[in-house]
Amino acid sequence: MRRVAGYRAPDPGTQPSHLHPPYVSSLKRAPTKAAILIPYTLSEVTGPAFGAALVAPQASDLTRQHRGEPLGERIIVSGRVLDENDRPMTNTLVEIWQANAAGRYLHEWDQHQAPLDPNFTGCGQAITDSYGRYRFVTIRPGEYPWRNHDNAWRPAHIHFSVFGPAFATRLVTQMYFPGDPLLPFDPIFNCTADEEARNRLISVFDWQTTIPEQALGYRFDLVLRGRDATPMENDE
Amino acid sequence: MSLSATTSQTVGPYFKIGLQWLNCDNLVGEGVSGERVTIEGRVFDGDGVPVPDAMLEIWQANAHGKYDHPEDTQDKPLEPGFKGYGRVMVNAEGVFRFTTIKPGPVPGPRGGEQAPHLVVSVFLRGVLRRMVTRIYFPDEPRNGGDFVLNLVDPARRSTLIAKKIAKTIPGGPDALEWNAVLQGPEETVFFDLGL
Repeated sequence: MRRVAGYRAPDPGTQPSHLHPPYVSSLKRAPTKAAILIPYTLSEVTGPAFGAALVAPQASDLTRQHRGEPLGERIIVSGRVLDENDRPMTNTLVEIWQANAAGRYLHEWDQHQAPLDPNFTGCGQAITDSYGRYRFVTIRPGEYPWRNHDNAWRPAHIHFSVFGPAFATRLVTQMYFPGDPLLPFDPIFNCTADEEARNRLISVFDWQTTIPEQALGYRFDLVLRGRDATPMENDE
Repeated sequence: MSLSATTSQTVGPYFKIGLQWLNCDNLVGEGVSGERVTIEGRVFDGDGVPVPDAMLEIWQANAHGKYDHPEDTQDKPLEPGFKGYGRVMVNAEGVFRFTTIKPGPVPGPRGGEQAPHLVVSVFLRGVLRRMVTRIYFPDEPRNGGDFVLNLVDPARRSTLIAKKIAKTIPGGPDALEWNAVLQGPEETVFFDLGL
């Protein structure tokens, strides 16, 4: 068996710990024992691939999944999926989900006092192109209250799920909006110690993708872990 | 140029909206070879209560020990009906269940062979980045020589090995149980892939 090249460990402070006490749900759910460092094997450097055929074209336009148009401010969310070596992650599946413009999720557990929108599900998928690009048309999600602490509100956000080429590169994250006044108070946004890493979760307003009289553009690039140049020593 | 990987965030409580479209609780297509098994279990929080909002993703080799991926260059056959990927969510009772085949052994470190295993990602509200673990098989003589299992304190290895339970369908596939325990004395072993 030839050597297996692994993936780079994250820069210090750029990924959250499991336990982040201000996020109350982590208290009973974060593992308490240290994770065991294992060498990369074929099991971790391989992973599922999903062909473009899996994703219907309308899956990336969340404003056209029903008979009518959803309420709210239409936006374009686009960007690239790259790795830490600045290589485009092509043909990879990007999944998103979000609240509607009123800040309500189409989910039986979200019963807060805001209307559902019969024309909005809040679910989208795209496969990146040969430059690693993806593009969604959606509506700007609303902020919403939650019960983490007194008068707690989540900033507006869109959930992102990305695969990349391997089990090791799997990423689930959230995209935020520039200038959101709730960001400094959100324990989930603030779970990552490194301020620059946190701020990279904030999308950038983008004139280039803004469509006149149609939709504002927000740009959000996702970076997956890069391949380590040095094969694992114990894999000789 | 060197970039820094995007920081992880929790899936939150409402992930079903965006992720259930790809649910797959039967990994085995037509004509796939191998020993079929169902694996079921729960995800327990620190109070020992099964959580109602967790998702597992599974990745595994086929019965020949071959991954459906370009980096697996082993001279072993792929099977058209088997991708090796599964996504399951716990139901209202907190139970997840999927059907697959027991994978063959795959190459491991130092020229060795790994015991048959599934690699698993666990996602749930309250967890800020996915947890990585493995499911091994009971009564498997190769477990003893498995490089990864041998990195684990012997007292905790059993958290990675599924247990045989009564078949759900008489004459049907073998049934196994494997639980993810997030805290406490029975806490499941999770792995660090440099992350």
